[in-house]
Amino acid sequence: MSNQITSTVKEQGVKPGQATKATQNSGTADSNAIKTPESTGDTDALHRSPAQTAEIVEKGLARRYRSEKRFQLMGVSAIILSLMFLSILFISIFGNGYTAFKQTVVQIDVFLNPEKLNVDHLEKADYQGMVKESLRIMFPTVKNRRDKKKLYGMVSTGAAFQLRDYVQEHPEDIGKTIQLWVPADDDVDMLMKGHIQRGGLEVNRRLNDMQISWVDRFMEQERIRKRFNVDFFTSGDSREPELAGIWGATCGSFYTMMITLLLSFPMGVGAAIYLEEFAPKNRWTDVIEVNINNLAAVPSIVFGLLGLAMFLNFFGLPRSAPLVGGLVLTLMTLPTIIISGRAALKSVPPSIREAALGIGASKTQMVTHHVLPLAMPGMLTGTIIGMAQALGETAPLLMIGMVAFIVDIPGGFTDPSTVLPVQIFLWADSPERAFLEKTSAAIMVLLLFLVTMNAVAVLLRKKFERRW
Amino acid sequence: MGAVLTPFNLIFVLLLFSAAGFYLGKRQALSVSQAEGGPAALHSRPTYYGTLTSLWCAIPALIVFSLWMIIEPDVIIKLVVSQLPLEIQTLPADRLNLIINDIGNLVNGNIVSGKVDAVMQMAADHYHHLRGISHAALWVIVLVMAMGGTLAVWKLISPDLQARNHVEKVVQVLLIGCSTVAILTTIGIVLSVFYEALRFFKMIPLTDFLFGLEWSPQMAIRADQVGSSGAFGAIPVFTGTLMVSAIAMLVAVPIGLMSAIYLSEYANRRIRAVVKPLLEILAGIPTVVYGFFAALVVAPLIRNAGANLGISVSSESALAAGLVMGVMIIPFVSSLSDDVINAVPQSLRDGAYGLGSTHSETIRQVVIPAALPGIVGGVLLAVSRAIGETMIVVMAAGLSANLTANPLKTVTTVTVQIVTLLVGDQEFDSPKTLAAFALGLLLFVVTLILNVIALYVVRKYREQYE
Repeated sequence: MSNQITSTVKEQGVKPGQATKATQNSGTADSNAIKTPESTGDTDALHRSPAQTAEIVEKGLARRYRSEKRFQLMGVSAIILSLMFLSILFISIFGNGYTAFKQTVVQIDVFLNPEKLNVDHLEKADYQGMVKESLRIMFPTVKNRRDKKKLYGMVSTGAAFQLRDYVQEHPEDIGKTIQLWVPADDDVDMLMKGHIQRGGLEVNRRLNDMQISWVDRFMEQERIRKRFNVDFFTSGDSREPELAGIWGATCGSFYTMMITLLLSFPMGVGAAIYLEEFAPKNRWTDVIEVNINNLAAVPSIVFGLLGLAMFLNFFGLPRSAPLVGGLVLTLMTLPTIIISGRAALKSVPPSIREAALGIGASKTQMVTHHVLPLAMPGMLTGTIIGMAQALGETAPLLMIGMVAFIVDIPGGFTDPSTVLPVQIFLWADSPERAFLEKTSAAIMVLLLFLVTMNAVAVLLRKKFERRW
Repeated sequence: MGAVLTPFNLIFVLLLFSAAGFYLGKRQALSVSQAEGGPAALHSRPTYYGTLTSLWCAIPALIVFSLWMIIEPDVIIKLVVSQLPLEIQTLPADRLNLIINDIGNLVNGNIVSGKVDAVMQMAADHYHHLRGISHAALWVIVLVMAMGGTLAVWKLISPDLQARNHVEKVVQVLLIGCSTVAILTTIGIVLSVFYEALRFFKMIPLTDFLFGLEWSPQMAIRADQVGSSGAFGAIPVFTGTLMVSAIAMLVAVPIGLMSAIYLSEYANRRIRAVVKPLLEILAGIPTVVYGFFAALVVAPLIRNAGANLGISVSSESALAAGLVMGVMIIPFVSSLSDDVINAVPQSLRDGAYGLGSTHSETIRQVVIPAALPGIVGGVLLAVSRAIGETMIVVMAAGLSANLTANPLKTVTTVTVQIVTLLVGDQEFDSPKTLAAFALGLLLFVVTLILNVIALYVVRKYREQYE
């Protein structure tokens, strides 16, 4: 009996190996006994005096403390490593993205030629031509056809639309020369922001020397400046980076989230209440429970396959619609909401239930009047976290066609649309340098939404969490 | 008129009716109780009578409404087709479907694929007319049912009517309905994926799929083209998936486990309060962001590092995708291990301390062995997560299915293949499209097995120390 205890002490306290090394180093006479405690039995150890044992232990201490330090260091470095990843990720995205909130605009003088503008059909006039003409007037020396094309490319194709809108709003200005700030082409924008270097070989640059000299002319005349990029927040997707915005994707995300919230919250709460408060403990509820836990761990892309085969092919719902996206994300977030809802219900103490039943409430009344209000903050927290997950989800939405290139701002639940994360995916695939900063900026907006949602969830938990 | 009588508006009207039913029922209950000495004579509280009335107003009408909406399009299409000229009716099924689609587009004012001729226009008008009739009929039927339901309950209301019990029964049924949605989802996944996968296996034998060494799902349109027959051997796709997941786990498990150990065993409350939420931020970042990060920062970094060392690294290397995926999984591993480490009873630690072991010796030789089943369960869940992860690999890993063990080369994964096969135009009778479902089925089965084992282990482990 005591033998066993001693051997445990040795294994726990001084590892046999360590002790062996320590004693070998010191070369004491009775090192044999410790070298092979198993073979010789622990009789020698038993015969050791407390002082001898203390000596052995102390000899190993320095080594053991060193390994203790190493172990702690490993823990600290693991944490530092993961925090480093986090900061690199944020720094690289913010560093690339913050410039997208500024946009380069160019001022052009446009003569609103009354001959070209028919007051009755203002939308049909050749605004592109007028923009080109004003550029030609500004740089009269450019004669070569190729150079002219390059010159027209200095301002965005969006300039013509902006001019059209202006003329339609101010028909009284026809016949005058107006000054208009229009978005510059994305390459000019990149040059102004320093993403295209001026030096180096001309062939390696997106802008040649002549184009850069034009930009310099603009700068001398103070006709070029950077301003806050309103378009980024108000326009839909575009093939032209300088015109592309996130409003369309944000609207799509909003509609998708509305469907998801409206369906998953009541259903999740209902399921949680049933499973936690009403369901008998039998095989069937066991199956449901295992099933919910499993669904929470099924890869999201499988839900996309379900949506494609079921909602699109079988039920014939429209492709790319927030309705279908919302349905798929509902199925995906439902397990999260059910699991957190059950945890919230579980945390309500039984005394509340007993008191309610004791004064004559029915079981349903007990749940709806007493348990549910107490569990609500926890359920809401879980729902918000589930919603945040759904907002960042991309893969299943690719399956149901929300990856299409959509310029229009969606106006309803069945309009084709895309969502923020898919927009990020689409832009990340685009080769233009300007889309790189747009992508990063869109990520910043998405992260802002997610951080806000999570902060609300944390606040909710802090404010209403009750410890019983 | 047609614009007002839409099914969408009907729902609103029905809700109004239902609200009115509530009010009527409650008032009726109060008025019948008057004769017997006030509301106290009622079996249930007056609101229950109101609720019962409104439920009977809305639920049967809603059921009829949904059935009608499901059946309506089919019936109308049948009727429209029967009016079409005979030569169109006898067209093969797919051509006929095209025409029916065009008629539908014409009615809804969408872009029509072919040119609109008189026959089409007539059919569309006919369709429009029938739909108008159908919607009007739906309005009448649903509203009559709503009123009928209200009236029936209204008549039944008496002090003896057990309104609360009836309402609670309905609530119970609704709650059960909510909790079966999860089951239905699983069945839906299995059926839809299994059905399409079965069609795939009819074209490509299962053994070719499971054991084939070549994956090139491009099918040529004509049989005499180069590479006319696609190869559907899933082995390279699987090995690619496994390699990326293995790299991810090599990153995530040590870092996640060590940070969990440090946070739960060493860190004081202040550090924990700061670091834990920061780690959770890693978990909350959408995967598309990680994918962008992998493609933008990590992949070029690895390629340049390789170039400096004189090693050629593919710009879509498995290493980049795996590393970033590992970072994504760190918080997952760390929070799961944190839970299980905290579940190890303090008495075990105290016992080890009492025997004179240092902190790290206690952790390594007592806490970790005790928590091992839980940790293994957590790691299995993380593996299943890594296998199913999509966006990072879609954006940072490649498309070509190489059978290689070199992490610096391009590999492809199951999820990447599903996405590339299903994004864009699809034809649902080509093995190329259906192959995605076969891969999806395998993905589902593999992750399911991993999840079941992991959840079982974690659950068993929790019980052990409770």
